[in-house]
Order: sequence, then C-alpha cells, then structure tokens
Amino acid sequence: MTRISLRVNSVDHDIEVEPRHSLADALRDRCGLTGTHLGCEHGVCGACTVLVGDEPVRACLMFAVQADGRAVRTVEGLDDDGAFNALQQAFHEQHALQCGYCTPGMLMLATWLVERGTPVSDDELREVMSSNLCRCTGYRNILRAVRSVLDGAGS
Amino acid sequence: MTVIGKSVPRLEDRALLTGMGRFAGDRNFDGQLHMRVVRSTVAHGRIVSVDTGAAAAMPGVHAVWTGADVADIPPIDLRPGSALQDLEKCRQHILVQEIVRYVGDPVAAVFADDPHRAEDAAELVWAEIEELPPVVGLMDPPGEFAPGVSTEPAVFEKGYGDVDAAFAAAAHIVECELSVGRHAGVPLETRGALAIWNDAEARLEFHAAAKIPHTNRIALAALLGLELDQLHLFEGHVGGGFGVRGEIYPDEVLVNLAAMHFRRPVKWIEDRMEHLVAANHSREQTHRIRAAVDADGLVRAIDDEFWFNQGAYARTHGATVPTVSATMLPGPYKVPAYRAKGHIRLTNVTPAGTYRGPGRYETSFVREGLLDRIAAELGLDPLDVRRVNLVAPDEMPYERPFEVGGKPIQYDSGDYPKSLQRFLDHIGYDALRRDMAARREAGEMAGAAVICFLELGGDGPFDDVRVEMAADGAVEVVTGVASVGQGAETVIAQVCAETLGIDYAGITVTHGQTDRIERGQGARASRVTVMTGNATHKAALGVRAILLETAAGLLQTAAEELEISGGTIRVAAAPEGGPSVTVADAAAETLRASSGDRIAVEETFENDRATYSFGAQMAAVSVDPRTAGVTVERFAVAYDIGRAVNPMLVEGQLVGGAVQGIGGALLEEFLYDEAGQPLSVTFADYLMPTAMEVPDVECLVLEEAPSTTNPLGLKSGGDPGITGAGAAIAAAIGEAIGRPGSVARLPVSPMRLREILTGPA
Repeated sequence: MTRISLRVNSVDHDIEVEPRHSLADALRDRCGLTGTHLGCEHGVCGACTVLVGDEPVRACLMFAVQADGRAVRTVEGLDDDGAFNALQQAFHEQHALQCGYCTPGMLMLATWLVERGTPVSDDELREVMSSNLCRCTGYRNILRAVRSVLDGAGS
Repeated sequence: MTVIGKSVPRLEDRALLTGMGRFAGDRNFDGQLHMRVVRSTVAHGRIVSVDTGAAAAMPGVHAVWTGADVADIPPIDLRPGSALQDLEKCRQHILVQEIVRYVGDPVAAVFADDPHRAEDAAELVWAEIEELPPVVGLMDPPGEFAPGVSTEPAVFEKGYGDVDAAFAAAAHIVECELSVGRHAGVPLETRGALAIWNDAEARLEFHAAAKIPHTNRIALAALLGLELDQLHLFEGHVGGGFGVRGEIYPDEVLVNLAAMHFRRPVKWIEDRMEHLVAANHSREQTHRIRAAVDADGLVRAIDDEFWFNQGAYARTHGATVPTVSATMLPGPYKVPAYRAKGHIRLTNVTPAGTYRGPGRYETSFVREGLLDRIAAELGLDPLDVRRVNLVAPDEMPYERPFEVGGKPIQYDSGDYPKSLQRFLDHIGYDALRRDMAARREAGEMAGAAVICFLELGGDGPFDDVRVEMAADGAVEVVTGVASVGQGAETVIAQVCAETLGIDYAGITVTHGQTDRIERGQGARASRVTVMTGNATHKAALGVRAILLETAAGLLQTAAEELEISGGTIRVAAAPEGGPSVTVADAAAETLRASSGDRIAVEETFENDRATYSFGAQMAAVSVDPRTAGVTVERFAVAYDIGRAVNPMLVEGQLVGGAVQGIGGALLEEFLYDEAGQPLSVTFADYLMPTAMEVPDVECLVLEEAPSTTNPLGLKSGGDPGITGAGAAIAAAIGEAIGRPGSVARLPVSPMRLREILTGPA
C-alpha cells in the first residue's frame, strides 16, 4: 500500500492505494465517489473521463499513484449545492442522456471544452466528443447540449 | 392542463447528472466477497482436471468452486413458451460439468475479499482441457454437437397460402442469399450482480437486478431451490439494456448461490472482455430467399429458408429470435403466400439471445434487399416496388394468417402509403435523389435510399399498477416494470399526472422491486409505455374517482360535475374563482374519514394483442472507391407511434436506435478464427459508432394511427430506430456504387465492400 493525497473537487483525500490501483479505483473505492464510471477499463469508451489539473484524463488508464498531489475534478463537483450548472442543465433540457452511464465522462470532457474558452467549430466539437462512447443517445442531443453551452459561454 | 404529448424533461436525470446513480458497481455491503469467473480459453474440449489448489491458498481467497461444487444446480431454463424441439437439451450449467463449448464458458468461480485478489487467484486456477474439434461454420452440414444433440436441434416452418402455386404461375422469380453478422447490444455498463442473505428475514436479496425482476425471481427461486417468498430482487440504475442485460446467466446464479451458501454478501462485476465473450450475442443468420413477382413488382409469394446461429447453448430466450424472424419477415407488405423454414444451429461460439429489434433488424435487411433485387432485375423504381406491395389502409386491421401464441397476427392500424409519402416530403426525397444522381454523373459514388419496416411491441399479457396517494397529496406509482434508461419513470408519471390532473414532476415511480408488488412483466419487447401506461391510467382513474367523491361531499355537488386541473378540484361549469378543493385536501379528508394512511388503487391491464406500426428510414451515403470506406451523410427515421406520450423521448429512442443499427450495418461484428477463438474482445476490435461515424439522425414522429389494442391508443417506441437501419444503409450503398441490391452481408466492412466493387457486376 502507498499513501497518496488527492485534491478531489476541492476536498483533500489522504488515502492508501496499491500501486496497481487506477485513479478510477481510487476515486470510487477510496474516496467514495462512484460517479466516475468504468465502461471498458482499456481506455476506449471514456466513461471514466475526469479532469486532472484541468486536462481530461481516462481515469482507468492513470495509476492512482501518478495522480498523487494533483487536483482532480469529477462529476460530483459540477453542481452548486444541488443546482445544475450550465452543462448539466443543457443535458437535462436537450435529453442528452438515457441510461446515464456515459454521462459523467461526457460532462467532464465537455467541461474541458467549454472552459478552454476558444471558439469551437461544429466539426471540432464532434471530433472532441467522439473520444467518448454513448450507446443510448446516438450523440445528436449530446452535441446539441454542448453546443448550446458553448454558444452561451461565448456570448 | 395536459401533459401527455408534451416533451417534458425527465424525472430520472437529476441523480444521473450529479454522479449520484446507484449502478451495480456503486453498491457495497459490509463483509462482501468478490467473485471472479474462470472461463474456458478453448472453444471445445473435455475437462481433464481443474487444479484450484494454488488459487485457494492465496491470501484473501475464501473459496474456489468448480463444476463438481454446483452439480446439483440444474441448467438454466428457457423462458416458458420459448422452447422448441430439442432446444431444452442444450441448456447451460452454471459451471461446466465436463465439456467446454465456447471460449468464455464458465469453468470455475473464485471468491475473495477483494476484487483484485479474486482476479489474481483466478489466474492460478489451472484447467487442463483436452481439445476437441470445434464447430464454427453456420452453414456446415448437420452433425453431432453433443451426445444425443444435433448441431441442428430445431427446424421449424411458418407460413400461409399456396406458395408452390404462386411460384408455378410466377411472371418472374427473383432469388438471393443475404446474411447478417453476429453482433449484440453491448451496453456501456457491463453486467454485475450483488446478492446478500438477509438472516433476519430469512431471505435472499438480489440487488442490481434488471429488465425482468419478477420473471427472474420465479426462475431463480426454482434454480436455487427457494420458496418464492425467500427471494427478492431489487433493481438499481441500469447502464443500458438492449435485450442483453437482465437475463439469467450462469454468473448471476453463481453470485446468488454463493451468498446463500457462504451467508455473506457476494459481489460480481464483469469486465469488458468477459462481456464480449460471455453475454448474449445476437443477429447472425443467413437467408436463402426467393420471390414470385408480377411484372409491376407485386410480390405473389415469398419462400425463405434461413439458418440462425444459436452458439453453444440455448439461453433464456429459447427460439425467440428465429421465430420472430420468420413471422416478421413479410413486414408492412401484403405477401399473399409465404413460407419460411428456419434452422436453429449450434456452434462453438458464445450463445445468442435477443438484441433490440430482435428478428426485425435482420429480416428488414433481408426483405428490403430482396425488394431492391426485384426492382433491379425488373427495371423498376425501388420505391414503386415498395408502394405496390404495401398493405393498404382499407385492409386494416390486416390479418396475417399464421399463428403466434395461438392467435393470428393482426396489424391493428395504419395508413402505410400516407406515412411513407409524408416521410418522402419531409426529407425532400425527390431533390435528394436528383442531387445524388448528379454526383454520380460527376463520377462520385453517392446514393440515397428509402426502405420500409414494420415494428411490433406492447407485448402483454398483463401489467399491474398500484397508484397510492398520501394525505399530503404525494403520489407513488408502484409497478412491476423495469427501467433500462429509456425514461420509463417520466412516461409513467406523465400518464398518471394527466389522469389525476396533477404535476408529473412530483410523482414517484417505483419499479423493479419485487417486495413492492406481486407481479410484473418488466421492460422487454418494447412494451413499457403501452402496457404499464394503460395500467397506470386505469389505476389513476380509480384514485381520481375516490378523490372526486370526497370532493363532491365537500363542495356539495355531484362528482360528475367536477374536474381536476393543476392539482385543484373544482366545478367544471363554474367560473374561475368558484368553489374548489385541492387534491391534497381531498386526499386528507378521504383518509381522515377512512382512517387509512394512503389511498391505494391497484389495477391490471390485460392485452393479448401486440401493436404493429409502420416506419421508414432513409440513408444517404458516399463511398470512397480507394478505401471502400462509407460515409453516412444523412440518416432519417419516420415512425407512426399512434400517440406519443413524450415526443422528445420518442425521438431519443429513434435516434439512439438508428445509430446502434448503423453500427451493425457498417462496423460491429463478433468474428472468430477457425479454432473458435474470438477476435472481437476489446472496444478496439468490436467497433461501435462514435460521434464521428454518424450524422445527426433526423426524425419524423407520426401520430397517424393510434393503436386499437389499448384505451390510450399507444404503440411501442423502443426498437423502431434500429429496425430498418441495416436495410437502409445497405440499400443506399447499392445506389451509391450503382449496383442496387448488391450488399448481401452486414456489416458492410471496407473489406467486404471492396470485394463487391472489384467483383463481377
């Protein structure tokens, strides 16, 4: 076991992990934050996407020890005391989720895109969001939801 | 106020958007053991020995089971009514007893105090297996699969009319061979199970149940030797269903058995590679089909023979996929004489079950491919061939005289030609075809096509719903239905709110909890909105009558004079501001008078007829002749749902289904080598569509023909998006490359398309 410290959604977690534990394992099993989902554990589906130091990361491919001392943001940190943020609200209104399993990863990837603060073309939006798989929605409403927030943020 | 027909946002979303979902992997119980399944690495072989010594000696390992430890548990049964001929002889044991029959067949189960240690120990279980020659070819001549079991355990025929006479008199006969590859639902959450033995209640509790909790309760209790009241199932959040999740597999039985045996909670979460080799596959079938056709393309008869790859065992769905294939192949067309002969084949690959749109995705591709061949061979416009064959509105209800479950199939309602025309107008079909023709003239490979399909759903035979109202007016709808992410809670709440005249957002919908309601049919066969919706309507009408009676006393008027709107009961004819009472006050008064704590009305909605609905799909594609890669430029779906409770959610189903179907048409396939080794075991080789492979799917939700099978006029909405997607992509590719009807196999991988492009015209 190795002791590491993660700052997750502005809360410090001093936890013990095995060297082989992924960041997703640490978040889910040690920090009790189960919103980060595992869909493939080989880095393809993107359901486990979180932000590490403001960059999107597949939490299944990063060892927990590699994240020692880093700031991590997960889906649990998006809302403001229960009030949806703009992306959550857009996903809700645009019906951009069905089973909800890919949703945390989609939200965190989109968070990165929105916070980047540079203009995003429709082609670029599609390409960025294509790094995560969704099996329910057919993507259309996810793209619409993210686009609406990008447009709002830019205005 | 009316909320049926409104695109209101979902009640389900809050937990899922804030990371508060409770999926199988998110649940834990103190003292739980973690199970890891050891699976066969060969496709066919005899177990000589299984050495568990090293695994059992590892720290943290509680037990290792092999087939001998569970020999008294019978093989997993087929669902009642789904067996056929020798299929029951092909059931699967929860751990292999002697012969492994596919890569993935469960050989042993390890139980440890940590999931990682369970996986470590599983790697030390050594199964010595004497390899036997595998059966891998669907079309190989029949032989012995197991002692006393043929590779062809069942052959059946479905049909009606004088097929032979029609062919003898035919102006033209068109024939072809068409195949659909092996693919599956592949939800993003893998399977999982969590069982605990509750000593205080002397009962077993299976958490993370899905799809059909009540049905599985009965089946599991029988397998485990429990009385029904010793077992309860509890559904949590479910990360996608698509037919594959929520069936009884060996793994779920092992978890429950272990929890009973060890008297400790046992948890199992499947990994992705396991899912791709252990959960049901579907689809794979080959059809040799011919049609007797008039000069104008009118089909006088269809004669079809097909082979379905069941894999190594019969699973819970039994013969469901091949029988639905046989009965739904004629689709929305007249086809006055029809014969289908289905061969169910066993091979040494992962067993098959249902996948969204079972039997319809496959046969829509086959039927529409046949129509494209007819158009090509007779020099007709492919849409004209469809139009001349569509069932006419004055033929409704249209009876197809073969029996399914003892009754002829009856298409309840629809104006198929009108719906098709509305779709063509909506997508600008004529202009699109002209554009595509011009691009082909200019040397591009580009084309568009429209295909038709028929959907069925709303499967009975019953659903129970109990609507309860507390003294503060809070409403809970308790159902035996399940949620697989489709929005069941929202739709049921909308129906209840409409009937009671209250806000849908305050209604709690409880589902998938077997201790809350005695019976249930779950979420299968595109049935929830139709069956549970109507049962909810019935039960809510009962609560409404009670409230109105109380209010009639309070307002000194007759109950018939009253209406409920916006949570307030008032005299319908009175002007605004007249005497009124809130629903909450009427509930409180009712309960005060009866000394109860909840008004509760339970009702059953029964229906022995499915709903049938028309749909059409359009694909526009271009092909890169150098790479044989296909770009889907546009994709559109039209579907007559009769009456849409929530059009936004209907569109969500259509779009999501269409994209899954495009995956099966272009990308997704479980491939095997000659030794029966699976080649599609990661998401890098089982390719599902990303946002880059699909356009924004366009939808036309029609409400032309409400169903005549139920009071609300509802039709099914879960499957139609996927049903015609393979057919549409294949037809559009045929147009694009100037060889209509040439796509004979799905998925159309670049390699297969290149063979078509370089092959004989």
